[in-house]
Amino acid sequence: MDAVVCRELRKVYPGARGLGAGPRGDVVAVDGIDLRIAQGECFGLLGPNGAGKTTTVEILEGVGTPTSGTVELFGLTWRKDGDALRERVGVALQETQLTDKQSVEETLRLFRSFYKRPRPLETLLDEVQLGEKRTAWVGKLSGGQRQRLALACALVGDPEILFLDEPTTGLDPQSRRQVWDLVSAYKARGGTVLLTTHYMEEAERLCDRVAVVDHGRIIQEGTPRALIDQHVGTPEGTLEDVFVALTGRSLRDE
Amino acid sequence: MNEGGALYQLTLSRIREAVREPGVLFWVFGFPILLSVGLGLAFRGRGPEPVTVGLLEGPGAAQIEQALDKAHIKVERLDEAHARLRLRAGKIALVVMPGATADAPLTYRYDPTPAEARLARVAVDEAIQRAAGRQDPRAVRDAPVTEPGSRYIDFLVPGLIGMNLMSGSMWGIGWVIVNMRVRKLLKRLLATPMRRRDLLLAQAIARTGSVPLEVGAIVIFARLAFDVRVTGSWAGLAVVSVAGALAFAGLAILVASRAQNTETVSGLMNLVMMPMFVVSGVFFSATHFPDVLQPALSLLPLTALNDALRAIMIDGAGLAAVARPLAILTAWGVGSFGVGVRIFRWG
Repeated sequence: MDAVVCRELRKVYPGARGLGAGPRGDVVAVDGIDLRIAQGECFGLLGPNGAGKTTTVEILEGVGTPTSGTVELFGLTWRKDGDALRERVGVALQETQLTDKQSVEETLRLFRSFYKRPRPLETLLDEVQLGEKRTAWVGKLSGGQRQRLALACALVGDPEILFLDEPTTGLDPQSRRQVWDLVSAYKARGGTVLLTTHYMEEAERLCDRVAVVDHGRIIQEGTPRALIDQHVGTPEGTLEDVFVALTGRSLRDE
Repeated sequence: MNEGGALYQLTLSRIREAVREPGVLFWVFGFPILLSVGLGLAFRGRGPEPVTVGLLEGPGAAQIEQALDKAHIKVERLDEAHARLRLRAGKIALVVMPGATADAPLTYRYDPTPAEARLARVAVDEAIQRAAGRQDPRAVRDAPVTEPGSRYIDFLVPGLIGMNLMSGSMWGIGWVIVNMRVRKLLKRLLATPMRRRDLLLAQAIARTGSVPLEVGAIVIFARLAFDVRVTGSWAGLAVVSVAGALAFAGLAILVASRAQNTETVSGLMNLVMMPMFVVSGVFFSATHFPDVLQPALSLLPLTALNDALRAIMIDGAGLAAVARPLAILTAWGVGSFGVGVRIFRWG
């Protein structure tokens, strides 16, 4: 069974409605996205800011609702089986600010209390290498440490699928590699990953398959190698080149 | 085990967040105490105000001054122009104007509207008539009493407790929830199996836990500094305080249910609280407002809370006597919580 199947996903944010002006300025954030992610696969959504990646992921992880379209995780739907699904997914949102004046350990204890079968505290601390920081307040952590704590919170329930929205944005190279190692280890344990990123190196290193998203639609999908071969054709080509070839724009500086 | 665990952890987390924030401690404990110190000093029970009157020059002015001095009335010798000025400014209550000769009738010039001026007229007249040889036909004696609970500070302290319970709930829950929404923590929690009602319940429990501390701080301080007493039952005070805190917790959840940033929720909370600071009898009795408004005012949650607190602290009422304000508080709490949860925006 596939981990994620979604069909014809659309999300429209209604625009401001002026007096007598009629509907105007509706924003179509997601414009008909179909996805199928196999269990154990690492799937990447690539695209510039505002492409609809976050909206898509939030719908898939059950914190947003689509205007239309269907989502199934492990054959279950959020509407009917939300409680059961939430035990099985791990989530790291883009920029969640955990409580600053609470320690690493206190934060993890809080998240552990939500799950029926939480993983042991020590295992989590070891996994994200925050054992030495266990009594430090979240507010005192570096950006990389904070992101590893966010990952630990996502991994508390021993999830079968991990949703990561721009997990390394704003991190220094070393912290970024630590996050990559964590995700790789999770994959090696058989976990499924859906991540969004605009770092091509991240996608090439972690993802089995990627989809390039622009203006709320998937404009190309495949393995990183296949996309590079198809659109760039040179061995030293990158996904960055693929994106430029597809849209005529660069990915990062939008 | 784990379900109780989540509620326990959420409550613990809320309490940690509060006690690790020095500003919170000041607003909850320091501010009401400072306010009661300030207002208690400003309105402390002094002896009767000495009456000050003006006296114009004229025949017999010296004898009049002597008579007034004996009656402990303060006298200012003034000319006509100054007397008018001081009278208008309220610095003197009345002007004594001697006649053309020492035996001619005296004139008292005063504005009869303020009670103070009318009292001054009685006191001045009595002093002058006695000095002129008036005999009182009946002997009388004064037996002064001080009624406990009748001072301004006795009235003020329950009002401060009510106000503090209101702002404590509004800021401690409304602001905190919106802040969690801004930080995307609400959304993050929504992605866990946490039961949503546990989060709101934890807020209510943490709030209830801090009620004895903040009410206790004011009550103990008021007792030590101003000898303000709780004449009614302590259990009644506890029940009313908790009911008040929870009623405003419900309102806080309603106000915070959709606000997308802390500025919006601050504005909304002030919109809810400001009118009640004025009309709900915190600093002065709500009965000063016109009679037609009274039924509406008495239904406001802060009016109900202050009425109940005063009934218990000053009048020595028991729980049965405050059933009506308790019912009003409960209705506000349940109603606003119900609507708030229904329209609550987690994302």
